[in-house]
Amino acid sequence: MAKKSIRAAVNDALKLEMRRDPTVILIGEDVAGGAGGSGVQDAWGGVLGVTKGLYKEFGPGRVIDTPITESAIIGVAAGAAVSGLRPVAELMFVDFMGVCFDQIFNQAAKFRYMFGGKARTPMVIRSMMGAGFRAAAQHSQSLHALFTHIPGLKVVMPSNAYDAKGLLIQAIRDDDPVIFLEHKAIYDLEDEVPDEAYTIPFGEANILREGDDVTIVAISRMVHVAMDAAKRLAAAGIQATVIDPRTTSPLDEDSILESVEETGHLVVVDEANPRCSFATDVAALVADRAFGALKGPIKLVTAPHSPVPFAPNLEDAYIPNAAKVEAAVRATLAARELATA
Amino acid sequence: MIVPITMPRWGLTMTEGTVVEWHVQPGASVGAGQMLLDIETTKITNTLEAAEAGVLRRHVAEVGQTLPCGALIAVMAPPETPDAEIDAYVGSFVITEVADAGGAAEVEPKTAAVGDLTLNYLRAGAGAAVVFIHGFGGDLSGWALVQTPLASAFDTIALDLPGHGKSSKRVPHADVAGLAGELAAFLDAIGVQRAHLVGHSLGGAVALAFALAHPQRAASLSLLAPAGLGREINAGYIRNFIRAERRKDVEANLRQLFCNPDLVNRALAEDVIRYKRLDGVRQSLEALEGAFLSGEQQATVLRERLAEVQAPVLVIWGREDRIVPPAQGQGLPANVQVEWLERSGHMPQVEAADKVVALLKRHFAKAA
Repeated sequence: MAKKSIRAAVNDALKLEMRRDPTVILIGEDVAGGAGGSGVQDAWGGVLGVTKGLYKEFGPGRVIDTPITESAIIGVAAGAAVSGLRPVAELMFVDFMGVCFDQIFNQAAKFRYMFGGKARTPMVIRSMMGAGFRAAAQHSQSLHALFTHIPGLKVVMPSNAYDAKGLLIQAIRDDDPVIFLEHKAIYDLEDEVPDEAYTIPFGEANILREGDDVTIVAISRMVHVAMDAAKRLAAAGIQATVIDPRTTSPLDEDSILESVEETGHLVVVDEANPRCSFATDVAALVADRAFGALKGPIKLVTAPHSPVPFAPNLEDAYIPNAAKVEAAVRATLAARELATA
Repeated sequence: MIVPITMPRWGLTMTEGTVVEWHVQPGASVGAGQMLLDIETTKITNTLEAAEAGVLRRHVAEVGQTLPCGALIAVMAPPETPDAEIDAYVGSFVITEVADAGGAAEVEPKTAAVGDLTLNYLRAGAGAAVVFIHGFGGDLSGWALVQTPLASAFDTIALDLPGHGKSSKRVPHADVAGLAGELAAFLDAIGVQRAHLVGHSLGGAVALAFALAHPQRAASLSLLAPAGLGREINAGYIRNFIRAERRKDVEANLRQLFCNPDLVNRALAEDVIRYKRLDGVRQSLEALEGAFLSGEQQATVLRERLAEVQAPVLVIWGREDRIVPPAQGQGLPANVQVEWLERSGHMPQVEAADKVVALLKRHFAKAA
């Protein structure tokens, strides 16, 4: 089986679904690149080359380059979806979603509900998220909580190449609008990825390792931070379970609750700002439904309540790292030792 | 004399293993066949047994350590051998060629076009042809512990049946006779006229049907925990295999395969989950289920026709099989040799691989 990067896995998923289903189209800024100008067509394949090669294979009728018009991209995609196509729209950075919130929140997310279940909106919005790219406050945010909050949207955040391919194929085949967030700092991470098409169901967590002492829940790039912390903790005799929910909506609540019922300790790692976030959501879930199992405080490792700084040293300090996760685990375990001393 | 214990190579694709647990502490005497330690591979956790009696003097690999195949993991030596001599031996040990499959280490799977299907297979070694046919939901990697040692003396061929492994995920002919037809077409495609057939579970029924349809092409028949010899079967295993999605449920179902349920590790369960996510697998497995089961029983029973098989027939059955009842191995016609394995479940080719290899070698020799 070949090793592929997340970038290649996303490209693979788009290619296979476009071959399988002629109603699948791509639309976005620079998804081909060079279109409408005098330059070379397919010069770019997206700003980070994720859609490279698709224009050549599927042509301008199915790989549609647009001007810088986020609201039009999403509006067109939503209209195409309700009239029989399966558009995959690309919004370069999740930070730009603000200009098309009406199309996403008030239109696409509501169609199925407001038309009494008679309308389907099979669209995917792919977008890059996350800090670590020295791209400053307007190109570095982690805004998944905004979409997770809205009923009618599904929110997918792959942490590795195998998941990225299977989740994107699932997203394209799904009949509801799906927000698919690719962390720009992990595009080159490689993994064993089958050449064939496969799907990973939404709402099914990946349990990366199992330990009895603490449950660490993390998504997207933070899964790797959590695993680094878990390895450091294991060297000190503390065994962590690491759970990657893969989708924040729907959320695999059972896997999280079952694990905390066994370990009694929860640490959530989230790159987003801390208020009304994925981290607080998981913390509330466990406090509400598994309070009796808790043997120490729930600890959240998140970014501070601040925009992403541009200064490299400040940006590095902003992003959760393994040392902070390790300290959070030790803090919740220490509370138990105090209580039983 | 110092005897090295090295990381075994249990499959053609195994490159390294991790020490899970030592069963024998330094200083203890061990008998031949005694369990030394458990080793985890990417596929499965297995127990390494002592090849000969002696005293275990030194653990070189600690629990949790991952080492390449052929690396030194322990040292056996008589009690009078000084520690300094053992230190020197450990210090100067170098990994030599792992002695097993006669250069089969470089073998890569190939594909053959059979009708409009692409069938994946792993072929290693030279000599008389031996063809391995896996069971429902399995794939060719399940034969690794048996194929590797046999490849030093035989032209071994393990295939992925339609809908399985890396073969096309379609099963146009899902009943036992149909699968036997695909097997014949596959052997035609790779130019094998006659072979020793080794089938497991559903693959056993397929091998038997093949031998009945093409008596001149079967040099011998070896059936491991075979389907097709009685009505009764654990239909729940098949139904759960198709429908269980959460890893805990998948693991619980897979544990039924083994006498020692600890052999199911997360990698094995993850492999099954990943396989089931591939496009076409669900439909393939449901097609097989539909053709293979009639209600809660097997649809095809060839027991009455066993006596017609002209080639020598060997049946190997684990006494703890929880998928196909071992009772179906009793009262078979006189042309069938039946071997029972203690402490083995439905997967003797994994749980008792050494014994299965020895039985197969003897059986092939008898047929020759």
